[in-house]
Amino acid sequence: MNALASIDSEGSVALGEPVDVTIENVVKAFDDTPALHGVSLDVKAGELVALLGPSGSGKTTLLRILAGLDAPTAGRVLFGGEDALGLAVQDRNIGFVFQHYALFRHMTVFDNIAFGLTVRPRAQRPSKADIRRRVLGLIDLVQLNGLDKRYPTQLSGGQRQRVALARALAIEPRVLLLDEPFGALDAQVRKDLRRWLREIHDRTGHTTFFVTHDQEEALELADRVVVMSKGRIEQVGSADDIYDSPASPFVFGFIGESSLLPVTVADGAAVLDGVPTGLSAPGAAAGPATLGFRPHDVVLVEDDGPALRGRIIAERRHGARRRLELEVGREHHRAEIDVEVGAPRPEGGRIAFRPERWRIFPPR
Amino acid sequence: MARATAFAFRKPSVLPGFGLTLGFAVAYLSLIVLVPLAGLVVKTASMGWPEFWSLATDPRTLAALRLSFGASAAAAAMNAVFGLLVAWVLVRYEFPGKRIIDAMVDLPFALPTAVAGIALTAIYAPNGWIGRYAAEAGVKIAYTPIGIFIALVFIGLPFIVRTVQPVLEDMDREVEEMAATLGANRLQTVVRIVLPTLAPALLTGFALAFARAVGEYGSVIFIAGNIPYVSEIAPLLIVIRLTEFNYAAATAIATVMLALSFVILLAINLLQAWSRRRLGHD
Repeated sequence: MNALASIDSEGSVALGEPVDVTIENVVKAFDDTPALHGVSLDVKAGELVALLGPSGSGKTTLLRILAGLDAPTAGRVLFGGEDALGLAVQDRNIGFVFQHYALFRHMTVFDNIAFGLTVRPRAQRPSKADIRRRVLGLIDLVQLNGLDKRYPTQLSGGQRQRVALARALAIEPRVLLLDEPFGALDAQVRKDLRRWLREIHDRTGHTTFFVTHDQEEALELADRVVVMSKGRIEQVGSADDIYDSPASPFVFGFIGESSLLPVTVADGAAVLDGVPTGLSAPGAAAGPATLGFRPHDVVLVEDDGPALRGRIIAERRHGARRRLELEVGREHHRAEIDVEVGAPRPEGGRIAFRPERWRIFPPR
Repeated sequence: MARATAFAFRKPSVLPGFGLTLGFAVAYLSLIVLVPLAGLVVKTASMGWPEFWSLATDPRTLAALRLSFGASAAAAAMNAVFGLLVAWVLVRYEFPGKRIIDAMVDLPFALPTAVAGIALTAIYAPNGWIGRYAAEAGVKIAYTPIGIFIALVFIGLPFIVRTVQPVLEDMDREVEEMAATLGANRLQTVVRIVLPTLAPALLTGFALAFARAVGEYGSVIFIAGNIPYVSEIAPLLIVIRLTEFNYAAATAIATVMLALSFVILLAINLLQAWSRRRLGHD
């Protein structure tokens, strides 16, 4: 609470009180194509939540509905227990940051940040001196001191991003919404800004949603990660939950590296194309299922017992190890495994292996 | 930034042809634009300053110049407002017949101006469709400066629409959405965000419509009535002087028009460059 609190003591900035956000059965259809199928989510005040998913998963649509830029076809959105859908965008009091920042190009950094305050009705508008103090406080918070008279085109990508954030914070939002906040930046700047955003959040304590397709970003930054796919929430949980106990083959495949194979469960064990794999499937119902394992969780075994067998079709260096691309089973399913760099290449490229850790997912 | 090098020649790129294309452009412009205009200035210079001054400040000439430039500026300003509106409707909304309206905007470009002039006169004359009701209300449109203004609005409209339209199409909708999330209502968004972004294009359109209107002849002379000191435009006065074989007077008026147009267009260009720089186009 340092920076903003210090502005507070000067009597100019009162923070928008962070609120709980409740999303209930939100459905969105564009011309009959559903983009969201009944999404529900509870977020506590001050939480930092990542909406993670591939493009077309509905994450940006959900963010726009929270902002009021799109209206859902059905469902409810509550900010602090109060219906938010009845409020127009202007009255919803949210801070939005677009992926490409949408800065006002004909305004200086100062005027950009001040915009939200200067458009308030006269009765609620702070005095000129107040606006000035508040904007300079925000410029200080986002570490852009001395750049207040610059125009957006005179700034680097990272600086523009921070102007966009300061502009969103200026209106004392109840909820902060960030659409791919680091999407347009190069890798190094991304990493710095990520850490910096986390610090800002810890200081200001807004309820924050950010959309990303970068799992690393989501897992590192967020208190909770919401994994979305095809308009549905696949899993909500901490980084550890998502990584270690994925709820579906989609989450397992999307987070981290993985191979997925279609198997059949019989007598409590997985069978691939009629060949026993020797992998137990405790608690799984008999019938078709999906076997998932990570390439680095694999050991090579002698080709005489139950195992997975494949033929090497490609190999490449992967960090400290070597990654093999395999065709596995009779039906040539694709899978990847990691082996030691010095491991001898097996005769005919045929290889038998066994995952040390694996998961069996029931069919959808 | 770029300003330091603005007056240096552009560095030749790896693609050949800089010398050739520059040479061609200069020669072409000289032949088409510079030589005739220089001829005009030379002709004027040959008459001597006192004679030129008395011709240029002749009351009838001054009245014609005032009318031409005044009506052109008023018409261009009117078009800036309503042309923007037309462009806005064409870009932002979908409605049946949109393509027909879009095509109609170009008609003033394509129509022979004399045809436009005759049509406008027929409509606005005291016995015409609209002129009749205007006359009942005591307003005379045809054969007055109002008629000239209407003709100039007609021929200037496409310039504004066609310069604003592409810029409006390219405008990032997110910027407007952003303004809304910050609490701005539609009016505030349009006045403080959209219009400043469109300003350079609007200025270009204004300059084009204005320049066209100053030089307009065909559509105006039918509806103007051409009463000296009242509704006689400068280009017409030049033609009148020519038919009187008074070449000196004709060139004097032409030179004044040339000078005024140049100064005004230069001023608009500078204004435009300034607003473009603010938007970071340079």
